[in-house]
Amino acid sequence: MESKQTPLGYVSFSVFAWIVGLLIFFPIFWMVLTSFKTELEAVSIPPSFISFDWTLENYAEVQQRSNYFKFAMNSVILAVGSTLVGLVFAVTCAWAMAFNPTKRTKDALLWMLSTKMMPPVGVLVPIYLVFRDWGLLDTRFGLIMVLFLMNLPIMVWMLYTYFKEIPTDILEAARMDGATLPKEIIFVLLPMAVPGIASTMLLNIILAWNEAFWTLNLTTSDAAPLTAFIASYSSPEGLFWAKLSAASTLAVAPILVIGWFSQKQLVRGLTFGAVK
Amino acid sequence: MGAIRLEKVKKTFGTLDVIPGVDLDINDGEFVVFVGPSGCGKSTLLRLIAGLEDVTDGKILINGTDVANEAPAKRGLSMVFQSYALYPHMTVYNNIAFGLKMAGESKEVIEEKVQSAAKILNLTDYLERRPGALSGGQRQRVAIGRAIVRNPAAFLFDEPLSNLDAALRVNMRLEITGLHQELKTTMIYVTHDQVEAMTMADKIVVLQAGRVEQVGKPMELYNNPTNKFVAGFIGSPKMNFLGGELAKKYDCHEIGIRPEHFAISTEKGEIPATVKIAEHLGAETYLHVEADGLGPMTVRATGEIPLGEHDKIFLTPEQDRIHRFDAQGLALAKS
Repeated sequence: MESKQTPLGYVSFSVFAWIVGLLIFFPIFWMVLTSFKTELEAVSIPPSFISFDWTLENYAEVQQRSNYFKFAMNSVILAVGSTLVGLVFAVTCAWAMAFNPTKRTKDALLWMLSTKMMPPVGVLVPIYLVFRDWGLLDTRFGLIMVLFLMNLPIMVWMLYTYFKEIPTDILEAARMDGATLPKEIIFVLLPMAVPGIASTMLLNIILAWNEAFWTLNLTTSDAAPLTAFIASYSSPEGLFWAKLSAASTLAVAPILVIGWFSQKQLVRGLTFGAVK
Repeated sequence: MGAIRLEKVKKTFGTLDVIPGVDLDINDGEFVVFVGPSGCGKSTLLRLIAGLEDVTDGKILINGTDVANEAPAKRGLSMVFQSYALYPHMTVYNNIAFGLKMAGESKEVIEEKVQSAAKILNLTDYLERRPGALSGGQRQRVAIGRAIVRNPAAFLFDEPLSNLDAALRVNMRLEITGLHQELKTTMIYVTHDQVEAMTMADKIVVLQAGRVEQVGKPMELYNNPTNKFVAGFIGSPKMNFLGGELAKKYDCHEIGIRPEHFAISTEKGEIPATVKIAEHLGAETYLHVEADGLGPMTVRATGEIPLGEHDKIFLTPEQDRIHRFDAQGLALAKS
């Protein structure tokens, strides 16, 4: 018999994991810290950790200069909107692939996923031109469409792996019980897949929230989300680290909170199928 | 009312002929068992009747109406699955009520039907539980309850007892037979277990490679199998098939004798043999013997007999119980 993990091994793994975790967390921590410093302290060398004059003036100034809530509302609408639209398409698509597969289903799935491997900048010009000609530039509708299409492959893939775990018998039983296809999906499939759908939605809200390339390129003001809000603090007047940090903190705070509360669900969603 | 008639029902998956063409008549109120080895197409045939698979060709008539192209729900049939296929997120009550809700029945009707089904199946105390909190037998009863509330033209059972342990299986077998006597509804039951087939069926359909080998009452199949396959499949332990000189004596290619149709003697008889293994079960004894010049055979004797390894015995088949087969394996008239 293989011996159990030794205490020493356990401790060293824990230490290693903590180091990695802290390394990943450090930039966010530093950003939050910097947002409470004055501009001068923000660039001082050596940097100060705790012993500086804590100030909220950056937040005040950021709110004064631009309307945070307008950007935040756009972010919410884009993230939630694109996820909901995506869900309608992804559920039906994943249902077809999981329960009525053909010889080409696997290929189709891989092909869908492969579209995520192309750098988005490759299609920037055509999409930009389409948006310009159809009057979609700087509209929430246009961005919801782009974000939903960008994330659709991941949604389909995640839901597909979830649906695969659901026994076909149960859906057939529903069919025998007289459920039409929409009822079969709404009353039987979806309730059984709630954990999978929840983590798919969460991941997509986070992805859409953080999406910067398209939101920056296709919006100017009306539909601009928090990514544009941050970006507006980066270039024109030189770098103001403290204000930039304050803006960034405000931008990531909501999603960080959501992520924190739903981390259990997320981890389960991302490893589903891989770990049984 | 549920008379079902299959006319040249055919199913192909790609180039594979799973069901090359089946004709079958199932009378109203009959308990029909489809039996055969795994992969013989019995489940596929059931799923074709249910509508869960599309027929490639042929007609499925339920009470005279061709339903081959109808959706499963339109056929008025209920099915009990091997895995029970209960809705895990619903209570027992809602599991049973689901079909009625889909049919748009009123709350009062649903309540009444669910309660009466629960009473028949002893589920009244469990209606608020989820399937996860039930034992295997209880789950199976919920699955049956879900089937009976819809008052179907026929019940379809797809190996419903395979997931239960042996003792429970015998119980549920009796319960399903009892249910059939009470409801008098047509039932089609798929199993690979010939004991289930023999004990439950009014009519057995023996299938092999998608073909119907024989249809008949259990004892008909036991006494007069039309071919070697049916002869070997029905009855346990299996029929002994003997060729060579002995078969020539009976003017055929091969003879078949069931293990229970031998007279056993330690002094004289037609076939001399040596006991290899004796299985003493108390009520009966199985002797696995090596017959001189004929190879291994199984013999069944009632009660306890004092025979063991290496004992020499003589076997004499009961003359009117000998089955004769030609070179193609088809049964010949009894000699």
